[in-house]
Amino acid sequence: MIKIERRDETSNIIYFLTPVLAIFLTLITGAIIFYLLGFKPLEALKFFFITPISDLYGLSELLVKATPLCLIAIGLSFCFKSNNWNIGAEGQLTFGGIVGGGVALLFYNHQGFYVLPLIILAGAIGGMVFAMIPAILKIYFNTNEILVSLMLVYVSKLLLDYLVVGPWSNPEGFNFPETRQFSDSARLPILFEGLRIHTGIFIALISVFLAWVVLFKTYLGFQIKVSGLSLKTAKYAGFKGKTMILLVFMVSGACAGLAGVGEITGPIGQLHRMISPEYGFTAIIVAFLGRLNPIGIVFASLIVALTYLGAETAQIFLQVPKYTGQVFQGMILFFLLASDFLLFFRIKFLGFKKYEY
Amino acid sequence: MYKYFLRLLASVLLLLGFSMSANAEFKVGFVYVGPTGDHGWTYQHDEGRKAVEAAGIKTTYVESVPEGADAERVIRQLAQSGHDLIFTTSFGYMDPTNKVAKDFPNVKFEHATGYKREHSNVSTYSARFYEGRTLLGHMAGKMTKTNVIGYIASFPIPEVIRGINAMTLAAQKVNPNIKTKIVWVFTWYDPGKESEAAQALIDQGADIIMQHTDSTAPVQVAEKAGVWSFGQASDMQRFAPKSILTSIIDDWAPYYVERSIAARDGTWKQQDTWHGLNEGMVAMAPYNSAMGSELVKEVEKLQKELASGKAHSFTGPIYDQKGNLLVAEGKVADDGMLAGMSVYVKGVEGDIPK
Repeated sequence: MIKIERRDETSNIIYFLTPVLAIFLTLITGAIIFYLLGFKPLEALKFFFITPISDLYGLSELLVKATPLCLIAIGLSFCFKSNNWNIGAEGQLTFGGIVGGGVALLFYNHQGFYVLPLIILAGAIGGMVFAMIPAILKIYFNTNEILVSLMLVYVSKLLLDYLVVGPWSNPEGFNFPETRQFSDSARLPILFEGLRIHTGIFIALISVFLAWVVLFKTYLGFQIKVSGLSLKTAKYAGFKGKTMILLVFMVSGACAGLAGVGEITGPIGQLHRMISPEYGFTAIIVAFLGRLNPIGIVFASLIVALTYLGAETAQIFLQVPKYTGQVFQGMILFFLLASDFLLFFRIKFLGFKKYEY
Repeated sequence: MYKYFLRLLASVLLLLGFSMSANAEFKVGFVYVGPTGDHGWTYQHDEGRKAVEAAGIKTTYVESVPEGADAERVIRQLAQSGHDLIFTTSFGYMDPTNKVAKDFPNVKFEHATGYKREHSNVSTYSARFYEGRTLLGHMAGKMTKTNVIGYIASFPIPEVIRGINAMTLAAQKVNPNIKTKIVWVFTWYDPGKESEAAQALIDQGADIIMQHTDSTAPVQVAEKAGVWSFGQASDMQRFAPKSILTSIIDDWAPYYVERSIAARDGTWKQQDTWHGLNEGMVAMAPYNSAMGSELVKEVEKLQKELASGKAHSFTGPIYDQKGNLLVAEGKVADDGMLAGMSVYVKGVEGDIPK
């Protein structure tokens, strides 16, 4: 007989160390997988995790990739902490990109300093409004926010498809599904010449700081935390549950919208059908790997971004299949959840003797 | 101050990169938009890469590279890691390819299906797929009983519209009553959507299915429904042995080998290549004997004439849907007109999505 029971206490230190353990286990398993695929494990791991960031360009690319992941995950942490399961960050990102991109096209011939802030604001509002749909439906009709937010991803992606194929497509672009390149005043300034790292990283860092302040230093943060631990307690304490649901979805949507607008005004520079390689979904892994903690999320976004870059370099130098990157992401999440299980529960072996309940 | 330092550092690194690549072995890189196992577009590019490898030149490929912010990094990494010639094999790589080309003047770039050659080290290339469509049209016009030809289209870009028009014109020539019905799926590769589209067209009476998308789903649906079909990009015969009349094959191998050798020997020059049946960049899979030996002979003859230039896919008179004359009698459409084609010819049903 095996019995699983909840542990009375869990150590706080170990709680924050398990992500490190998960990464460590992922590396070991990864080495075994590389070995089975016929590669030298250490060499493969080196190409995967060290080569991509061994020069300035690589470091800059790491930050370019981590910026949207970090932003979205910060927003998601508000939702997840309070037991609201927003799975549709990808859709909020896309809708933010659409609204921001629309403003960029509207101000195509304007050169003022106000253009970029306006686009960014529009993107944040776009994502926010789009995230309010599942929130409002949940509050008033008790719908399942997981389903609604997920379905809206497809709505926003199809809307983007329609816009870039039809009304917003580049008039000189031979009908190819993309808009014009935005004007320079609509682009996030590059930090260093020759590198792609852009000022969007400051937006992410400011969000991290604000999230930390709100979550740990305000009454609102306390409410979010309590609701996540026990909804009944929150109700008993008289917290306004409905307002909070709306609020966390708005924060989450705004962050995803910012990420979207950061991509199109940053490295991409136009709207087309592929503005995000599913950042909105990957950010869910980032949020949990970072323990829904702002600082943790910063590190988690860097690690997950590295798995993307690593998959590319490993493919270029060793011809390792590209999907190993996704295997690594999956393994990290798996080991994290598995160690969480052991962290909160204990497995008791009771032998085979007759057991009295 | 530190900005200058960084710039200095960057240039030192860049120099280092150059000197390294100068000493290293000649290498060719490929960037693919899909997985090499798609049995369509990317599969054929990878066949081309294997031919380069067989010619004794080292190659590298990166598959499933999204056409967004990631493309530029992958292309740049290939350039930085000592690749001397880089093929970027999807339209969405156009701007990133040109951007990276600017920073690596000693590396040669070849971009498929694009039109921007902003630097002297960027060439573009594409195939005259429409010549194959003319042959398909001829067969479709002869084989259809319902006079409805179903066409699954990806995006309303000139290349796709050209294919629809070339097919329709050729079919009309042998069967004036045919109608072309089109379903736009707005994807290059989505087996689910493609099979739905094929089924919808069959339900609307089409007994010929062809597609400008890359999966094998449409031919499989056609096989099940017992209607004729054509393979796209690679020989898809084994996925629908009864239904497939032939496939248009994109054969990039000769071009890739030629350009790789030219780059290695220092004779590579910027160019805009548009090859067809004549050069073998467009090839036809074996014709299905089910269409009868007479028709096979006809099509083979037409294929030869298209290759030699005796026949042209767009020979006047050609009218658009409203009846306006596009190409006068006795004339053929020039490449400029073909490159920017954005209207349907008479006989195609529906409107181009706008």
